[in-house]
Amino acid sequence: MSAGTRGPGRRCSRPGPGGQGRSRPAVLLAAAFLTLVVLFALFPALFTSGDPADTDPVHAFAPPSAQHFFGTDQLGRDVLTRSVHGTRYSLAIGAAATAIAMVTATVWGLAAALLGRFADAVLMRVADVFLALPGLLLALMVILVMDKGALSTTAAVAAGTAPGLARVVRAQALVVRLSGYVESAIALGVRTPLTVLRHILPNALSPLLVLAPVSLGTSISAGAALSYLGLGLQPPTPEWGTMLTESQAYLQQGWWTALFPGLLLVATVLAVTAVGGHVGGHARGRVLS
Amino acid sequence: MAAAVRLVARRVAAAVLVLWGAASCAFFILQLVPGDPVNAIVGSDAMVGAEQRDAIRRQYGLDQPLFDQYVGYLRHVVHGELGDSYQLQQPVSAVLSHQLPPTAELTFWTALSAILGAVLVTILTSGRSQRPRRISTVVELVIISTPSFWLGIMLLTVFSFRLGWLPVSDSGDGRSLILPVVTLALPMAALLTQVMREGLLTAMEEPFVLSARARGLAEHTVRSRHALRHAALPALTLAGWFTGTLLGGAVVVENVFARPGIGRITLQAVRDRDLPVVQGVVLLSAVVFVVISAVVETLYVAVDPRLRRGTGVRAA
Repeated sequence: MSAGTRGPGRRCSRPGPGGQGRSRPAVLLAAAFLTLVVLFALFPALFTSGDPADTDPVHAFAPPSAQHFFGTDQLGRDVLTRSVHGTRYSLAIGAAATAIAMVTATVWGLAAALLGRFADAVLMRVADVFLALPGLLLALMVILVMDKGALSTTAAVAAGTAPGLARVVRAQALVVRLSGYVESAIALGVRTPLTVLRHILPNALSPLLVLAPVSLGTSISAGAALSYLGLGLQPPTPEWGTMLTESQAYLQQGWWTALFPGLLLVATVLAVTAVGGHVGGHARGRVLS
Repeated sequence: MAAAVRLVARRVAAAVLVLWGAASCAFFILQLVPGDPVNAIVGSDAMVGAEQRDAIRRQYGLDQPLFDQYVGYLRHVVHGELGDSYQLQQPVSAVLSHQLPPTAELTFWTALSAILGAVLVTILTSGRSQRPRRISTVVELVIISTPSFWLGIMLLTVFSFRLGWLPVSDSGDGRSLILPVVTLALPMAALLTQVMREGLLTAMEEPFVLSARARGLAEHTVRSRHALRHAALPALTLAGWFTGTLLGGAVVVENVFARPGIGRITLQAVRDRDLPVVQGVVLLSAVVFVVISAVVETLYVAVDPRLRRGTGVRAA
């Protein structure tokens, strides 16, 4: 137990390659913030008493004050209330999109690695074509096909992420397939589906798990970007992206309507990446040792 | 010589495959778009009789079987014809060539400033002392985590609305290019710096660095002339990839800063379901990707003399 806790502790205090080893206080701070954000998403009413849709035109564009910490927007809606209520949309879309992308990538990558050369060639050429296009363009095509809303935003974000992850899974699965333990499983007569599920799948997933937090971070921001462009969630939904769209027409009158939702978004992405990078570093260490 | 020819042939085949794949992908995915394309052509709330609808269908070739449409589409693409826009009453090729210069300008300055900035920061923060490196790492992480649309909005708020130094939207001169370029270049530079510094720090531990120092070269010469070359290859790959995706970034930034360009026209086409324009943009970005890949391959050889021997593929 003590050896188990000392090893990773030493690893993360060393400034390793790839910016992996951040010092402990920063990671703790990020984890605390992330907990807060998750609570925002689950129980927004605990933090704000108001309704995000309540308008108060008399107090439109009230600057940040003791009454309205984040100020009010063009309709006098409280920016803090809206930002807190908006958390759940961004988190849910980001998490769902990452999950969908990872499952798709796992099936795609494993199929390419295990179903023979022809399947590999076809599946990877398809991935090449998708990777040749900017992720946002793929997302836009998904949005064209589906109706605008939370579901299409999630699918669109996932479509932009999955092809890259599929290549990662395939590369790892190719390595794992040739490893000693898979060969022994085959030699022992373990049936193929069981070998794939028990031996190849868990080991082929390890690089994906390291990439998951980065993916979650970019998915959260990609979802907000689509909503900002008017192709995701629609106003008056208090989502961070839609709030920023609405704010852009009033930058002269109320900069706070743009500042605070964006700050929350950046801080969330940063916290996800920091905590995830830390956890991912441990996971990778365990897989390697 | 034969090997070189075979190599070039294989690269060309791969490029053609990507282009064909992108064209097919654009064609078939857009077949899934719900609703009658005639609605997108005439505007959804227009009252149009059945006869007129049939006429429009014939005009755009939408009355033919899907496979015939596909073959016809590919044949047109090969001849450089991308069809007519549903909304803009122009050929798609004219729309794209008209919108390309502003986006190309934006992309060029973004890539250039990001690469120069990344090289500079890498050299400055890869010395013996840890402090500049630590600070830079944190700054890079924050920049990478910042979505470009919000970065753009904040830059607009500060430099255009508060300080009034720079124009709010496209004013036609170089000054209106500054904020969009900064918005796109900052994340690219941050990512490049991370990769390049890792490579540089690894290279600094190689024996050739010791021998360069032993010959009495100045520290900055060792870093910029000898070690940086070794860090450049992965950074080059990343820079090429990033430049290819700048078209996606342009969609966001051109909308934040109300600039004309491919990104603006793409978003408009998606909103209006102007499918030929979307197909054209998909093809254009596939072409950009293929061209950039070829440029990056060529630059590998320029950067790394070891690749010049033989066919030039071994280390690439």
